Amino acid sequence: MAIQLMINGKTQSVDVPAEMPLLWVLRDTLGMTGTKFGCGMALCGACTVHIDGQPTRSCITPVSSVAGKKITTIEGLSPDRSHPVQRAWIEVDVPQCGYCQSGQIMSASALLATNPKPSDTEIDEAMRGNICRCGTYQRIRQAIHRAAEMQKASAAPLRLGGKETAEDLLLEPEPVEAGGAA
Amino acid sequence: MSTATVTEIGRRGFLKAGMTGAAGLMIGFYLPGRFEASAEAAATLPPASLNAWMLISSNDVVTIMIDKSEMGQGILTALCMIAAEELDCDWKSIHTEFAPAAKEYFNPAFGMQGTGGSSSVRSSWDPMRKAGAAARDMLLQAAADQWKVDKSSCRTENGVIYHNASKRKVTYGSVAVAASKLPVPTDAPPKDPKDYRILGKPTKRLDTPDKVNGVAEFGLDVKRPAMVYAVVARCPVFGGKVASFDATKAKAVPGVKTVVQISNGVAVVADNTWAAMQGRRALEVKWDEGPTATASSESISKLFADQMDKTGAEARKEGDAASALSGAAQKLEAVYEAPYLAHATMEPLNCTADVRADRVDVWAPTQFQTVAQNMAAKFGGVKPEQAFIHTTYLGGGFGRKAGVDFVIEAVETSKALGGPVKVTWSREDDMQHDFYRPASYAKLAAGLGADGWPVAWTTRVACPSIMEAWFPGSTKNNLDPTSVEGVANLPYSIPNIQVDYIRTEPGIPVGFWRSVGNSQNGFFSECFVDELAAAGKKDPYEFRKKLLDKAPRHLGVLELAAQKAGWDKPLPAGRYRGIAVLFAFESYAAQVVEISVNRSAKTVKVHRVVCAVDMGRVVNPLTVEMQSESAIVYGLSSALYGNIKIAGGRVTQTNFNNYQVLRMDAMPTIETYIVPSEEKPTGAGELAVPPVVPALCNAIFAATGKRIRRLPIRSEDLA
Repeated sequence: MAIQLMINGKTQSVDVPAEMPLLWVLRDTLGMTGTKFGCGMALCGACTVHIDGQPTRSCITPVSSVAGKKITTIEGLSPDRSHPVQRAWIEVDVPQCGYCQSGQIMSASALLATNPKPSDTEIDEAMRGNICRCGTYQRIRQAIHRAAEMQKASAAPLRLGGKETAEDLLLEPEPVEAGGAA
Repeated sequence: MSTATVTEIGRRGFLKAGMTGAAGLMIGFYLPGRFEASAEAAATLPPASLNAWMLISSNDVVTIMIDKSEMGQGILTALCMIAAEELDCDWKSIHTEFAPAAKEYFNPAFGMQGTGGSSSVRSSWDPMRKAGAAARDMLLQAAADQWKVDKSSCRTENGVIYHNASKRKVTYGSVAVAASKLPVPTDAPPKDPKDYRILGKPTKRLDTPDKVNGVAEFGLDVKRPAMVYAVVARCPVFGGKVASFDATKAKAVPGVKTVVQISNGVAVVADNTWAAMQGRRALEVKWDEGPTATASSESISKLFADQMDKTGAEARKEGDAASALSGAAQKLEAVYEAPYLAHATMEPLNCTADVRADRVDVWAPTQFQTVAQNMAAKFGGVKPEQAFIHTTYLGGGFGRKAGVDFVIEAVETSKALGGPVKVTWSREDDMQHDFYRPASYAKLAAGLGADGWPVAWTTRVACPSIMEAWFPGSTKNNLDPTSVEGVANLPYSIPNIQVDYIRTEPGIPVGFWRSVGNSQNGFFSECFVDELAAAGKKDPYEFRKKLLDKAPRHLGVLELAAQKAGWDKPLPAGRYRGIAVLFAFESYAAQVVEISVNRSAKTVKVHRVVCAVDMGRVVNPLTVEMQSESAIVYGLSSALYGNIKIAGGRVTQTNFNNYQVLRMDAMPTIETYIVPSEEKPTGAGELAVPPVVPALCNAIFAATGKRIRRLPIRSEDLA
């Protein structure tokens, strides 16, 4: 059946079974592979998207249930990695393998949309549904606090320091503040 | 940085250039991904290959071929750092591509192209530095020839060649083609480390931008024209086979296209993954479960225990442990046990294959390109040189993606279909059909003298052999070194030591799991050392310290970890700590774990892990920190939750609900400290896994007075 979906501000029509999970519609039908498959049971958070702003596990969300709702995926979070969460993720250099990070970023951005200055406990609560096997949690926590600051400042990122873009910042091999390196 | 796929002609042309690179260079018909490739662009931008890893286009883009699999460990960035340092190019000009499967890229540690054993930096350090230095020398020579001056009067800086006397300069890109035609110097010296401007500096990952917006392409994200999707029904019992199947109901599922039998089971092919999964649910298969169908965790544990009276293969023998033990003032004996563990990479296994009459293409998150290529050729019915392996980013590897079972499935399915297919494993498939960290069982004994210092140590280990499973016939005298690593190399000054191994095969597939044998043997040995310290009424840190008098690098990390953790200072009420130190993969790590235990709720909370590492000269300290954090989380997951149980010859765990892993709310603070060193660099990926498990268990002993001798930690252990 034809279902109208509003994804990242664009309306698209898909002809798929009503009960097909949104995850597979995104990935296989529409070729939007930024949203990841991890468990198929809403246990790991890799497939997290926003439905009307709410973080939602797309792997158990029937596509028919989101018809007409506002769907945001990692591809639609910003056109140019400029969302504060993405900028903070780059600044803190969060990802390792990177596979879970779309879901982490979507959960974190949903958290910050409703709670602009989350405590560690609130971060635990909002993020415990997102598994990272590379163990980037410490940097995720740090990056969420950093994104909260950036969001508050809302203007240019604080540490870009003359660099034009987040990518320039990243490519600079200059020392960063690196925890406990002796 | 873009990671756009190179064009077919580009990849093959480059490979050709790379293959002849050692003898005499030629220009590759290669299109850097950054300039997505039109024929016109190719004509105006002839990039030059300086060796198998480095290619420079006329607009100064330096492409580094990444011949190791990037699975989160940061090797892509590390290889670029080594190359850029010696090539002296502009860091911002770097572009990367994953290398095809080819002899030029064989890992000297394996004799094959592959990534594992924390060998990447260790094995790439010399070749990549030499390649960079030689390429820089060729660029210098080309500029000197152009200016008709002596090479020694020219210098390089950041991708530009200068002739100071005449105030001339030229970029690498403008002389790259001329340079590529020069002979490759064999004597171009790598830099003096005191001149390093990139190596050793904390450097951000080059792959981060593509990993914050969904652009990075993992195996599961591969798309090919006219590709179909498949999932495979496999026998739930290890070693079982298809007896018969009825595909009628599966084929009736909307979207299912066909059902084909392959070696590993039955593939259900559909026009999307979900339909394939629905089809598999409807598929009716009768299995011939085979002889493993009676195996259980209990029967396997008993099988191990039954070996303990046998004499094993000798892994280490110093002095006369038996006599020393019988004459000791105090004797200790303990049995330790570790379970099977799944890798549980976040990206489930998957592979896309396109088998044609004269070539096979495979897109896969593989750690083992050469084996993938050989298997693609064998099962695709072509010669190895007609099998093309396109390595994607790996959504975690941890040793699992060194297997090629998932590659073979995709190749067989594609061959049956005659077109491209992506085979996806569900989480349940991934968890129930792994090559598991071997379950292991060890009996340890030690004798203490009247002064409380050890005089004898013995260990007998029973577990399956990974090396014999993967490389049959590769072990000598029934001794698999991976089965005893972490205990056979006990670093302590104990005069009488005996370690032996009894290969025991319960029929469950085993493989390389991040840190391999060290993961369980480190737990056995470093917890038992702690038992000795307690029995001898010694502080666990001081005890280790004194016994490491002949192991300076062990001692170095131990002292650093203790110092940074404040071992000499009292902890707040309710806090306890444990310590452990281990050697693994040519590197050294010590950790102090700080915890609290809620004995009525029977829970443990890990608050802080202090990690000290010595891995020789460090390429990227930031990566070392990240890998320590990563490895510690991986180890903690195994100690707190990891347990693959067997019943009826099959795995009972299915998904993250019954195979728990560490989540955000259980994350401790992790601090990493690096021992400065000018020794040859080793590797960071696995080193920090083994110590965290015994350090945690030793901390629990400090809190409860109870020893943990069986993993994972159970609630009853915390009462």
